[in-house]
Amino acid sequence: MIEEAEVDILVNDLYELYGYDFSNYSRASLKRRIIRLCTLDKFPSFAEFRHRVRSDADYLKRFVEEITVTVTEMFRDPLFYKCLRAEVLTTLAAKPFIRIWHAGCSTGEEVFSMAILLKEAKLLHKSLIYATDLNPAALEKARNGIFPLAHMKQYSENYIESGGINDFSAYYTAQYGQVKFDEKLSEKMIFSIHNLVSDRSFNEFDLILCRNVLIYFDKPLQDRVFDLFDESLAQLGYLALGSKETLKFSMVKLKYKQLGKEKIWRKIG
Amino acid sequence: MAENRLNNPVKAVVIGGSAGSLDVLLKLLPALQPIVSFTAIIVLHRKNSGDSTLEDLLAGRTTIPVREIEDKDTLRPDIIYVAPADYHLLIEKNLTFSLDDSEKVNYSRPSLDVTFESAADVYGDSLVGILLSGANSDGTNGLMAIKKAGGITIAQKPETAQSAFMPQQAIFNVPIDFILDIPELISFINSLNK
Repeated sequence: MIEEAEVDILVNDLYELYGYDFSNYSRASLKRRIIRLCTLDKFPSFAEFRHRVRSDADYLKRFVEEITVTVTEMFRDPLFYKCLRAEVLTTLAAKPFIRIWHAGCSTGEEVFSMAILLKEAKLLHKSLIYATDLNPAALEKARNGIFPLAHMKQYSENYIESGGINDFSAYYTAQYGQVKFDEKLSEKMIFSIHNLVSDRSFNEFDLILCRNVLIYFDKPLQDRVFDLFDESLAQLGYLALGSKETLKFSMVKLKYKQLGKEKIWRKIG
Repeated sequence: MAENRLNNPVKAVVIGGSAGSLDVLLKLLPALQPIVSFTAIIVLHRKNSGDSTLEDLLAGRTTIPVREIEDKDTLRPDIIYVAPADYHLLIEKNLTFSLDDSEKVNYSRPSLDVTFESAADVYGDSLVGILLSGANSDGTNGLMAIKKAGGITIAQKPETAQSAFMPQQAIFNVPIDFILDIPELISFINSLNK
């Protein structure tokens, strides 16, 4: 079992030695992830776990991969994607060029969902999707666009529920239990490491998606990230969050208007 | 009776269940008096659907406000909070809720264990954990954590549960303070209002 004070020690180590700042992560969740990893890797004590994290750079990699949550799926919350199709993309269609930032994209399932949406709206050719995450291993998976075949049934159902009318399997080729998505989709993606905690804005976007990332941050850090998004969003651009995340408690909320019930806000102020 | 065993004022009641537990809640909620001195948190295994019909269903049975939790909601007494589908629910020391979409635990998200353990961490001996009907063993470790932290553990009387497995597992593995049927659960919870 790991105590609160030990979490503090570890968080401090990670910052001082490696520059990873977990100090404003939701503490209950972070603590659970640390205990989980410690149990998973069968460390007999916190001291040994800490020693390994401090002294073994390869293990640090594993730490970051396991502590940061990489659960994602294609067309997650299909009604959200339906709203993106019907309202957001139809509005953005008028622009000569569309810049999208998918922040905290994890293994990329939602990035490929977005590319499929753009393709079906005939906008992919004039779009660019910047997909970022702090987890290098997840980003590498996203870059390859290879996902387990076993998930495709669920993804295909999500896709149809989101308003998709094509044969979903036309977007990938299956082999050895994996599928690889059409490289035409990834031509418009740029993958890059970006840490929402410490890195700055790097462009201006028409749509920023950051889904189920902010739940891992405490309120002060959420506010910092909302400022970063606000800074990075063009006037009348859109900000899309996860289904239980909200701008409601943030400082920037007055500059934004929510699209109906979906967790998509438009920058109006 | 139950209330004689309570030394500290109860600040939170977490109720968890799976198959068959919704029926229990639909009987329980109409009989509850307004809650004033503690927070009630309900975590149920349920399918992820786009709309929040569970919240509406429960809200229709009680005059106590029922709210589905959004990330970073503040815990207030006098509200019944419902965990959203497809997220684990955790409680922070500053009494806000955090959601978490990490791997399923006991094949479940939300997992009762995750919320119970987190609540035990925050509330210690001023917590009551109630485990209702269900067909898997989620909740047992959570009740164990509540017990270790000094809280009160309750299981639905297995004979009265549609699926006895969940409360039965807890009764086998955790020191359970009270094994109650539905009328007893109602009077227990009503007795917590101070």
